[in-house]
Amino acid sequence: MMKRLQTSTWVYLLIAFVLMLLPFVKDDRWFLFLMIQIFVFAIFAMSYDLLLGYTGIVSFGHAMFFGIGAYSVAVTMSRLDSTFSSFLLGVVVAVIISGIVAFLAGVLTLKLKSHYYAMLTLALAGMFLYIAERWRSVTGGNDGFTFRIPELPGVLQDHRNVVIYLFTLLSMVLLFFGMKRLTESPLGRVLVGIRENDQRVESLGFRIMPYKVLISVVSGVIAALAGVLYAVSLRFVNTQVFDIEVTLDALLMTIIGGVGTLVGPILGSAIMNLSHHFLSDLASVHWIFQRWVILFGIIFILVVIFFPNGIVGTIQKKMHERKMKQRVKQVEKQSAKN
Amino acid sequence: METIIKTEDLSIAFGGHWAVSDVSIDIKRNIFTSVIGPNGAGKTTFFNLLSGQLSPTKGRVFYKGEDITKHSVIQRTRNGIGRSFQITNVFPNITVLENVRLAIQSREQVRFDLFRHFKSYRQFEEEAMNLLETVLLAEKAEIPAASLSHGEKRKLEIAMLLALNTEVLLLDEPTAGMSLEEVPAILNVIKNIKEQEDRTVVLIEHKMDMVLDLSDRMMVLFNGELLAEGTPEEIMANETVQAAYIGGDPNDSTTT
Ligand SMILES: Nc1ncnc2c1ncn2[C@@H]1O[C@H](COP(=O)(O)OP(=O)(O)OP(=O)(O)O)[C@@H](O)[C@H]1O
Ligand SMILES: [Mg+2]
Repeated sequence: MMKRLQTSTWVYLLIAFVLMLLPFVKDDRWFLFLMIQIFVFAIFAMSYDLLLGYTGIVSFGHAMFFGIGAYSVAVTMSRLDSTFSSFLLGVVVAVIISGIVAFLAGVLTLKLKSHYYAMLTLALAGMFLYIAERWRSVTGGNDGFTFRIPELPGVLQDHRNVVIYLFTLLSMVLLFFGMKRLTESPLGRVLVGIRENDQRVESLGFRIMPYKVLISVVSGVIAALAGVLYAVSLRFVNTQVFDIEVTLDALLMTIIGGVGTLVGPILGSAIMNLSHHFLSDLASVHWIFQRWVILFGIIFILVVIFFPNGIVGTIQKKMHERKMKQRVKQVEKQSAKN
Repeated sequence: METIIKTEDLSIAFGGHWAVSDVSIDIKRNIFTSVIGPNGAGKTTFFNLLSGQLSPTKGRVFYKGEDITKHSVIQRTRNGIGRSFQITNVFPNITVLENVRLAIQSREQVRFDLFRHFKSYRQFEEEAMNLLETVLLAEKAEIPAASLSHGEKRKLEIAMLLALNTEVLLLDEPTAGMSLEEVPAILNVIKNIKEQEDRTVVLIEHKMDMVLDLSDRMMVLFNGELLAEGTPEEIMANETVQAAYIGGDPNDSTTT
């Protein structure tokens, strides 16, 4: 029996399809690159929201997983030959290292008060940044290094950027649906319960530690995959991937788009990347447009004040309220009839 | 009759203050026990010791003969001690239905299923809805728990406790804060549980008259101490109780 898909799933698939056609209409380098950035950071922000929005865990060091992913694939591919198998090996290395780090961070701190995880991830991210800066023989220090990615067969090689675009898009779509299923699974519902009231979850008979560690690992691994895509799309990596700003980006994207949703971080990523791109062009008009951190600080504050649920959260709430009103009306009509 | 919960010199001190002190009691299986006592007598604290939210400074708790003093809240819930909370303790930003559904999911031990959609366990949702009907909360199923009134949250607490379907039900002032019209219906729910005679119920109540005819046994706490324990008749006739509790303020029928 074919199961009926949710309407929203159709909408998402349709959007994905349109995005898939986009590079055939417009294949400017800068445009493709901008879209790839949006997809990469959407994946990264979604993974962040698994922690923040779905489980209520704050991480200040999420960049660490992004960086682990980026360096794993970059180092592997530059050390070995630039073939698909070394790319795959790089992905495997990224998954293993990020998984282990996330597991350890989770086990060490998630039993404690929530801010310990935030502090430990911050410290670990700092440590990874230090290693990346100092271990010059492998990482090339601050300047980083470029690496080659495998040649594509035939005409594809001429449209390499389109291929990377489609590959990142596909990754985002698959990871989006994967995470959507996760958050809508019975396990995902327990995560939300933990976010809402962890002690009550325990008094219902759930042990919360395994859930927190598990989501820490899932989130870390997905963030690492975003890092992999980031490095591959640039064919370059440097220590910036470990920067605290990368974590802050994820935080901002999630909050602007809508905490506790998956569409929110995607939207947040689009907004941040697009405005970063177009506002930087305005730098010649006024210096403020160059200080984009200031700008986003302001936007951030406005969002928190006026749309505390983020864009998607606010829309969802409005829609829900309308639905409830309709339902109340129906009930009233019913009782009027009787 | 078989003892299901037993405490031995159960005591806990906060700072220097003994909130519960040397309470030794036997609670028999499938019996309805009420715990009464004035504000601050230590009733809720006593529950916290039974359900594991607090661990005692002194003394022990036994469940079916086993020493569970060191057991966690989770272990105790899984072994059959369920409780509701006096201070509302629900999941505020998820729907009322989902609050109850989570409790059912726990009871059914669906813990780490991350590949199926949660709605594929349709019977959980149906059962949750039935429970909401039982506690007169069905129309509110789809709204977030945070927007319930205080009385409605108490009903939700009861529904969540019923969902766990535990052998022992610890109810902490289940009707407090409800409107007067709602109280009888909820008492009815509790009465029905009692009449099935397959559960052990311990109920904290502030208003003694409300539980007199419901209770098989009553225990009176006062300043953390167990003042008296017995049938409702015995408690009514007990002079110490009269003097300390009922005599103290005979018209006291406010709830907190
Ligand atoms: N976690 C705590 N820390 C410090 N003191 C506490 C704590 N919990 C309870 N107490 C104190 O212990 C005493 C007993 O409180 P408890 O809540 O058990 O009373 P109660 O009988 O449930 O009262 P009520 O009828 O108002 O619910 C009170 O003096 C209270 O202030
Ligand atoms: Mg109390």
